[in-house]
Amino acid sequence: MKGPAPIAIAVAALAAVPLVVHSNVVLNFLVVALLIALAGQGWNIIGGYGGQYSFGHAAFFGTGAYATAILQVHYGVNAWLGFAAGIAAGAAAGAIIGALAFRAGLRSSYFALVTLAFAEVLRILASVAPITGAGVGLLIKLDLRPQSLQFQSRVAFYFVILALVAVALVIAHLIERSRFGTWLIAVRENEDAAMALGVNAFRVKLAAMVVSAAITAAAGCFYAQYFLFVDSGIAYGTWISIEALLTPIIGGVGTVLGPLVGALAAKALGEGAKYVAGDAPGLDLMIYGAMLVLVIAFAPRGLVGAFNDMRQRLFGSTMKARPPLKEAAHG
Amino acid sequence: MAEPLLSVERVSHRFGGLLAVDAATLAAPPGRITGLIGPNGAGKTTLFAIISGFLKPSSGRISYAGEDVTGEPPYRLARRGMARTFQIVQPFAGLSVRHNILVGAHLRHRARAAALDVADMVGHEVGLGDWLDRPAQTLTVSGRKRLELARALATEPKLLLLDEVLAGLNPSEIRDIVPVIRAISARGVGVVMIEHVMQAVMSLSERIFVLAEGRVIAEGSPAQVAADPAVVEAYLGHGAAAKIGAGHVH
Amino acid sequence: MLSPLILVTAVLNGLMTGAVYALVALGLTLIYGVLHIINFAHGAMLSAALFAAFFAYQKFGLDPYLAVFLIAPLFFALGYALQRFVIGPSSHGDDRNMLLVTLGLAVFIENALLYAFRANTRTIDLPYGFKSIDLGFTFLAMPRVISFAAVFIVALALWLIMTLTDTGKAIRAVAKEKLGAELAGIDVAHIYAMTFGLGTACVAIAACLLIPTYYATPGAGNAFVLVAFTIVVLGGMGSVPGALIGGLVIGVVESLAGFFFGESLGQVGIFLIFIVVLLVRPRGLFGASA
Repeated sequence: MKGPAPIAIAVAALAAVPLVVHSNVVLNFLVVALLIALAGQGWNIIGGYGGQYSFGHAAFFGTGAYATAILQVHYGVNAWLGFAAGIAAGAAAGAIIGALAFRAGLRSSYFALVTLAFAEVLRILASVAPITGAGVGLLIKLDLRPQSLQFQSRVAFYFVILALVAVALVIAHLIERSRFGTWLIAVRENEDAAMALGVNAFRVKLAAMVVSAAITAAAGCFYAQYFLFVDSGIAYGTWISIEALLTPIIGGVGTVLGPLVGALAAKALGEGAKYVAGDAPGLDLMIYGAMLVLVIAFAPRGLVGAFNDMRQRLFGSTMKARPPLKEAAHG
Repeated sequence: MAEPLLSVERVSHRFGGLLAVDAATLAAPPGRITGLIGPNGAGKTTLFAIISGFLKPSSGRISYAGEDVTGEPPYRLARRGMARTFQIVQPFAGLSVRHNILVGAHLRHRARAAALDVADMVGHEVGLGDWLDRPAQTLTVSGRKRLELARALATEPKLLLLDEVLAGLNPSEIRDIVPVIRAISARGVGVVMIEHVMQAVMSLSERIFVLAEGRVIAEGSPAQVAADPAVVEAYLGHGAAAKIGAGHVH
Repeated sequence: MLSPLILVTAVLNGLMTGAVYALVALGLTLIYGVLHIINFAHGAMLSAALFAAFFAYQKFGLDPYLAVFLIAPLFFALGYALQRFVIGPSSHGDDRNMLLVTLGLAVFIENALLYAFRANTRTIDLPYGFKSIDLGFTFLAMPRVISFAAVFIVALALWLIMTLTDTGKAIRAVAKEKLGAELAGIDVAHIYAMTFGLGTACVAIAACLLIPTYYATPGAGNAFVLVAFTIVVLGGMGSVPGALIGGLVIGVVESLAGFFFGESLGQVGIFLIFIVVLLVRPRGLFGASA
């Protein structure tokens, strides 16, 4: 089931939610879940389609968040421009980190380590630099007007993040069907074989990294606008690096809807646990850690992957039935 | 020989203290099949890796279609028209057969529809027509070899480097794939094949180079090479040629 | 101008911290050398062990230098079980999956600690904790001197295990050539688990050595383990001498950098070294090719 239909259905369903649900608690939950989904959609481009597992996507989330916050707070730049600048800054960070890591030929564990290290360096720098507010952080001035990308109503925020998620879904869909995407997946499956077929692996991975970083940075920018407060632990903390990789893995790496499904599922489970066992710190991340292990152990292709497998088993293969083996009579 | 398509001139490669390839020189004309044989460990695959850009030679020159391509990376060589298969088959495991070939087809065709058409065509050409929708990892060894071939062919190469494409195939599978290779050559694609399956490579190749201990020790037509005592020695050991000549058959 | 004696003190302190870093790195490099994975759960295990050492003293009055003889075997068993029954089976043999599983475990353990014990720092006050050795120009805290010595004893013990015991030889065999070892009849899953257990035991010992002068919080292990990663990469993945020497070097570098540039920037310095080594020479100073 390829094609844009699933995306349209998912987005339409989500868009209809505020029509039936008016609870601020539920809306807030959904906004945060979609925010995480967006960050995950970014990770999915380089991690899912590209097969390069970054453990430091916080570097891009935080750069987006800080860029837009700093521009607004210190330079009075318009919030929308700041948002765009944040995405650009995130993309630039992706280009730098990607170029360094891929030029050095880093793969697998080493790539995970170096991305983790970059995120940590940024976190420490942000915790002491004056421009980021050092230990105190940055507060964006409350100004509930659309011009400042802030809204009185939570529903407006909801539609903004939903729009961003929808755009990211379309980007993933387009990548899947493009030559770039085919090459990216080939590099993931076997880089040497891909190169022998004319794929410039470095350029393909770098491009994927830039797109990935830009999308995750957008999530960071949105965070800044929604919560109006950014500090080094929020921007560059391991929490977002983990959630950004967790949601695609749970939902299904390398699929268009995976990060969205994963984010909704993970967040729902986390909230459910807090409801049952009380809102103590650490509970939701505990669940996420356990989920990560369980998904890898029992459903490595994630929820979407498992769903596709089940569909194949119940309704027959999307692939043609196996023909009787013929000797190749023709040359 | 008219202007060779591929020209390898005194290429050497050093691994630490070991000279894996020693001033190897060979040439392959366009549209013909050239064989590269030699005992195990002779350096054939290393030479291929150098020619196809996966290794840089310590010295020497590689020319393709008259241009010096020494040290160019694999993807650039592929774009020039040089394609290779791998000795240990490397399918894109998570993809279908068609999508595997698609990767190669995309080199010359940016649009997915056009590339898919090429992939289908090439898939049929190598005999995988009925398997196109199946996952690549469900293919048998013979199927995987054909897939390697198909992927490389989809890049519309002028020179095809085949690294032991017949290895692991049973005689009837070999019988079936040889005409495919011949047809590729008949289309005007130059082929250089590393092979251990003697009968096949002798019957397919017009010219053969023999590599032993990194050096080219013989070259010529299959008949010339088979009769060359140095070649016999390389395969069967020192003094074997004399023994065989003296009638001591083992 | 700075008194050279102050510098010497910084260096000595760096060496003592570095020794503990080296022990943590030793566990990590051992696991990498045999299983060829980076154990992202290493830091969380250190945090857990710190809590164990803390509670051993607080609830049972057990001196950490005694508690180590209980905690180390306990964590050895824990590490063994984790590798044998969780990490190994979940990963289905894929390296990238192992990365994720150890990461998942790290997140789970660290947050379980957070959930159970909250984030406030727990410290213990040993009666002789403030004793120090008087070198004339400076004082060295007694517990840290003990750690320094202990690390070398542990390294020696590890070396003896590796060279003299059957298990040790099996471990070295699997590290060198897994398939061959398997064919020779070695139970690779068991050896992997033994190695993981040993690596975790190293971390447990480090925790007991640390608790007199350090603190237990859910995130404590992380700070150490990122430095341990740096050491392992610098010294070479899988190289035991690399881990030891690297640990001491990094300890001194961190001490001096912190001295001149302040603690945070000192940490940044370590990570920058880490990044540079990864980019320029991933196999480190003593390691085999990646």
